[in-house]
Amino acid sequence: MTTTQEKDALAELGEFIAEVMQREYPHSHLIAVLHKAQALYGYLPTEVMNEVAVRMGIPTAHIWGVATFYHYFNLNPPGKHTISVCLGTACYVKGAGAILQRIKDELKIDFGQVTEDGMFSLQPARCLGACGLAPVVMIDDTIHGDLTADKMMELLETYRKGSED
Amino acid sequence: MAAKYVITLCDGTKCINNGAHRVRAALDEQLRAHGLTDQVRINLSGCLGMCEKGPIMVVNPGYVIYGGLDESDVERIVTEHLVGGKLIGDLEVEQDHLYNRFYRIFGDVGFFGKQMRIALRNCGIINPENIDDYLSLRGYEALGKALTEMSPADIVAEVQRSGLRGRGGAGFPTGLKWKLTAAEKATPKYVICNADEGDPGAFMDRSAIEGDPHTVVEGMALGAYAVGAERGVVYIRAEYPLAIKRITKAIEDARAHGFLGERILGSDFNFDIEIRLGAGAFVCGEETALIHSIEGARGMPRPRPPYPSVQGLFGKPTLINNVETWANIPVIIMDGATWFSTVGTETSKGTKVFALAGKVVNTGLVEVPMGTTLREIIYDIGGGLPGGRKFKAVQTGGPSGGCLPERCLDTPIDYESLAKAGSIMGSGGMIVIDEDSCMVDIARFFLEFTQNESCGKCTPCREGTKRMLEILTRITEGKGRAGDIEKLQRLGETIKKASLCGLGQSAPNPVLSTIENFREEYEEHIEQGKCRAGACKALIRFEILQMCKGCGVCRKVCPVGAITGQAKHLHVIDQDKCVRCGLCFEKCKFDAIVKV
Repeated sequence: MTTTQEKDALAELGEFIAEVMQREYPHSHLIAVLHKAQALYGYLPTEVMNEVAVRMGIPTAHIWGVATFYHYFNLNPPGKHTISVCLGTACYVKGAGAILQRIKDELKIDFGQVTEDGMFSLQPARCLGACGLAPVVMIDDTIHGDLTADKMMELLETYRKGSED
Repeated sequence: MAAKYVITLCDGTKCINNGAHRVRAALDEQLRAHGLTDQVRINLSGCLGMCEKGPIMVVNPGYVIYGGLDESDVERIVTEHLVGGKLIGDLEVEQDHLYNRFYRIFGDVGFFGKQMRIALRNCGIINPENIDDYLSLRGYEALGKALTEMSPADIVAEVQRSGLRGRGGAGFPTGLKWKLTAAEKATPKYVICNADEGDPGAFMDRSAIEGDPHTVVEGMALGAYAVGAERGVVYIRAEYPLAIKRITKAIEDARAHGFLGERILGSDFNFDIEIRLGAGAFVCGEETALIHSIEGARGMPRPRPPYPSVQGLFGKPTLINNVETWANIPVIIMDGATWFSTVGTETSKGTKVFALAGKVVNTGLVEVPMGTTLREIIYDIGGGLPGGRKFKAVQTGGPSGGCLPERCLDTPIDYESLAKAGSIMGSGGMIVIDEDSCMVDIARFFLEFTQNESCGKCTPCREGTKRMLEILTRITEGKGRAGDIEKLQRLGETIKKASLCGLGQSAPNPVLSTIENFREEYEEHIEQGKCRAGACKALIRFEILQMCKGCGVCRKVCPVGAITGQAKHLHVIDQDKCVRCGLCFEKCKFDAIVKV
């Protein structure tokens, strides 16, 4: 909690919490608060969860329980680009496994890890609902469909180059 | 200036006899009076062939056919339709079932022509972000009808009489659920829209909300009125940003137009909806887990009873229905339970939306009347398998369902028939599988999913799925043992009987159904170490044939350096180093590498 950016994020989160605490059943908004925190910080840093605990009056253990229960929440800082490989059935039947293997081989990371250069992080996705385009990989918020392992490698290259500019 | 509307007037003998010329004169006069002469083009046609309904008028765009007209009707057509943008149901030739509109636009496209769109009736023909578009297709009329002409008990009775059953998967009679919730005395009550679509390979709810969010809002308002609730919650996956945006806008617009909020449409009925986001947990599709998640806790199910209809959100009576179920409600109220129950089979009424995907030519959303066969969906609508590939199985119901072989293709789609064949209706995932997929591996894939998503609360599900996954994994690795199949069956039956919620109770289905229908594949893996689909890596080998030209492509692409050989000489694969990634097999231009 040092830089101005982090202070701003905390202020915004604090406002959001103050607002939900006014509503009926305020604790029911914990997941919304964690969504907000993750949107602001990119993940859920321990100190932020502690802050949420204090401001909402919810035990830290409960917050950890919730944050670790749901796949959507990251407890570690993500890479510059997040690669989500869809592991839904349609993608699986159409060869998502081979694409995933190539990504793992190329980037030398597994699910939940970040590449050494901090460029990419890798996570599984439980069906992105774009089955007609299977196999599908989502990089940040963009969906890439009809992929092959080779096309995937080209994509990674594009993102690497894009970051240099 | 281009005409905004084109009106075709039938100029056939019968229509003229019935007063077509008087209608024409009245139309000219009305258009002048409203200053619309420039915006409407009038065409005269020969006999349209609907003589007993004459005089006939066709209004385009929209292909709306009005019949039996006289001069007084013309004024309504001009003011209500041309100026107001609203169709006039009682003048239309065909009784305007809400689902008809879709067919007038897409009916001649083969893929759509064989479907019947009730839940998805507006998807693709309205702008989902514009409430006026929804209103123009009689949107919120069902709510108006309910609030002015029907008591809450009438609505419950109508839904019960329609025979509608829950579209989330289990098929519980919707009307009964409504009746039970309505009967509760405790207040406040809640209605929930379950949009936590989690089955891998299913995207019905996402598309329905993205394409026609107001239908869900209207359905929920009707449900709330029927059971006496004033608050609603849409619980939607955080992974669906566009659907979230659209439903949010729909709720705001509905509120601004007085369809949500206090004293809706001037009645005493108050109702509003808020949105809660999921955070990626499959089990939250289970209603008690979903309620815990809305309450801000871990989404873990609890034993039922008490059912949510008695004790749900914040301990209050709660009506939970799936997106597709809600989308059917306005149609049932507008077109009536009698009509609705003519669609479908004896025990399963209406239509079902399926997300057709996998090895099939036309992937996408398909809505068909109950009773349509799997074959009709896969071949007539889906266009069969691409490249003449051979059908092996169809998977319905996602991780809770089963795999049905070719001999089950003539099974009609309804809750009972699918269950009898060894699968389930489920929420609507339908994946076509060809001979490139190994059924043991598919079963392992689903179990890996459910095992990962098991919330861990009850032992049969937490431990049982883990043990089943271990056995399946070792079979796919060629380390299967005699008796493994029986052990899987025994474990599966126990998990089904002893698990707390639907996730565990259905998790073994993909395994049990593949053992039932594809037992020989399991036996081959265990006894002969063979995977006929070539999908289980440990059971396949790549070899280079004598015909190798020595081009060196395989050597260059091999990620582990397992291929050696000199240029223009036969190359060899070191089987100990090979990781069976199949890259060499894909890259060889001469088909000199084989998978054995």
